[in-house]
Amino acid sequence: MTAFVVRRILVNIIVFILIGIGVFLLVRAAPGDPVRMMIRPEDLQEGSEAFIQGRREELGLNDPILVQYARWFLDALTGDLGSSFISRQPVSGLLAERLGPTILLMSTALGISLLIAIPLGTVAAIRRNTSVDYAAAALSLGVISIPSFFLGIVAIYVFSLQLGWLPSSGMSTPGGGGGTDVLQHLIMPAAILGLAGAGPLTRYVRGSLIDELSADYVRTAEAKGGSPARVVTRHALRNSLIPLITIIMINIPQMLAGAVVLEQVFAWPGMGQLAVRAVTQQDYPVIVGFALYVAALVLICNLIADIAYAIVDPRVKVS
Amino acid sequence: MSDLRPSLDTPDVAAAEEVVAAEATATGVRTQRRSPAAMAVRRFKRNKVAVAGGVFLLIILVLALFAPLIAQQSPTAVDLGQIRRPPSGEHWLGTDASGRDVFARLLYAARVSLLVGVFAALVSVLLGTVIGAVAGLFGGWVDTLLMRTADMVLSFPPIVVIIVLAGLLGPSIPILIIAIAATTWPTPARLVRGVTLTVREREYLHAARVAGASRGWLLRKHIVPAAMGQIVVVGTLLVAQAILAEAVLSFLGLGVQPPQASWGNMLNDAQSLTVIQSMPWLWLPPGLAIAATVLAVNFVGDGLRDAVDPRQSGRS
Repeated sequence: MTAFVVRRILVNIIVFILIGIGVFLLVRAAPGDPVRMMIRPEDLQEGSEAFIQGRREELGLNDPILVQYARWFLDALTGDLGSSFISRQPVSGLLAERLGPTILLMSTALGISLLIAIPLGTVAAIRRNTSVDYAAAALSLGVISIPSFFLGIVAIYVFSLQLGWLPSSGMSTPGGGGGTDVLQHLIMPAAILGLAGAGPLTRYVRGSLIDELSADYVRTAEAKGGSPARVVTRHALRNSLIPLITIIMINIPQMLAGAVVLEQVFAWPGMGQLAVRAVTQQDYPVIVGFALYVAALVLICNLIADIAYAIVDPRVKVS
Repeated sequence: MSDLRPSLDTPDVAAAEEVVAAEATATGVRTQRRSPAAMAVRRFKRNKVAVAGGVFLLIILVLALFAPLIAQQSPTAVDLGQIRRPPSGEHWLGTDASGRDVFARLLYAARVSLLVGVFAALVSVLLGTVIGAVAGLFGGWVDTLLMRTADMVLSFPPIVVIIVLAGLLGPSIPILIIAIAATTWPTPARLVRGVTLTVREREYLHAARVAGASRGWLLRKHIVPAAMGQIVVVGTLLVAQAILAEAVLSFLGLGVQPPQASWGNMLNDAQSLTVIQSMPWLWLPPGLAIAATVLAVNFVGDGLRDAVDPRQSGRS
């Protein structure tokens, strides 16, 4: 087990370094000169070519690309991702202060999607080809077909503007505040994100439970006189949910993509909103920092998924 | 992810009948022979939801192709005297913030959205087919390397990767198509690799190899035809994904750039509360167009999957 975990960690570190090289090369290939980007337009008039060349030399932009990469990578390792071209604040700080809201949004959404997916998937599996089963299928098809940002706009129209029940944007009311205030702001984006995540999870719970229900031990439990409810909840459902942690880990990166878009719709002050703004402003250091954060998150989720699966099913380690 | 998609129909019975019919054909009981493709078409036609989706897509396609004839107004003509007017006889769906006709923009946007969707799916399928076939034919470390890469690409959320790529390389339609293809190729690649591995051991492939066929020949004449049905299915579902990706990216302002209209960038205006509140004609039509089109493509894709391989039906 330890050897397996160590090997997976090493593989993930190598992949992370490769992604780092890829992002670095992309930034170098990107249009625009970082030095010109860092100089305010009003200063640019005085800044002669000689000055820009001096800055390039100072920043090491004239060094061989491998040297530049090594320097950038070592800085990134120590948490120094440079400063934003626009606000001039350190990127690591900008990202860190936005991590909390995104985690709050995603974890609430994950909770909602589990609350929908486990009961719905269970009923759909037990009552196959009934209206509940079709509703579950319609949900999964609906959430992969209707863009979540459009659902968000419709929700704002109905619940904020027509009914006036919920605030339409931000994470808290300026001046006001408290837990309930944040909760009110959280409901709509988290519910929509949770609904989107519930689609694939419901499919998974349904399929996995159907497989378990045909297993021999289920027939044994029934033969021993267990009530249908007991057989499902105490025997089959428990076994079918064992790999759930792996499925959740695989779905978290997809959920992050949904969060990036919904943060934009609901002006939620998370990493996605920061990243989209950075992209429209061509703020390369922030984009790179965001990309590395996402890569780290995806790789960590993969790693947990692999390890959790290996614990559940020891045969995985052998292959 | 295609295996997670449900089908709303239950073609099992129809499919079973077809299998029986196919066996009957094979044993010569029936004199009339049907090709697998013809049988798939028959099965597809029995799936009402899929056919309805197909008809809907045809209508959208016709509307997009004949946009200049149908729309009386120009999609890009700015009329600052007629800003944000509600729907009227002159402007069927009103006008936007620059006084442009929303109905005309909706039709012309269909062209861009469908074009991006279809081209991105095509590039992705081409890339995936070649990579999958190379992995399957060469085997060994080439296979390991390519499939590990595919797993890795698949674990990254496409939208986030495309946002980063569009941010670093600048937003444009070609970048959008390349970025979508670059993040979605693993699905067709895995499929084609699987088919290659099964076909590789068949006698006709040994025969072709002994006769001196090159790998390119094997790919074109044996592997692609064997995988064609499933490639079409995966390709169709990728079109749905690509249309959604275009919509999201353009909504964020990172995809198709104005004045050119796409369904996604028409929704870009709806980031202001005033627009959402009092001008629903600006955001409701493009939003519904995206949802309905993607739903229709998914219906067709699911119908095709059941038609091509009845055993792989979405209902288990």
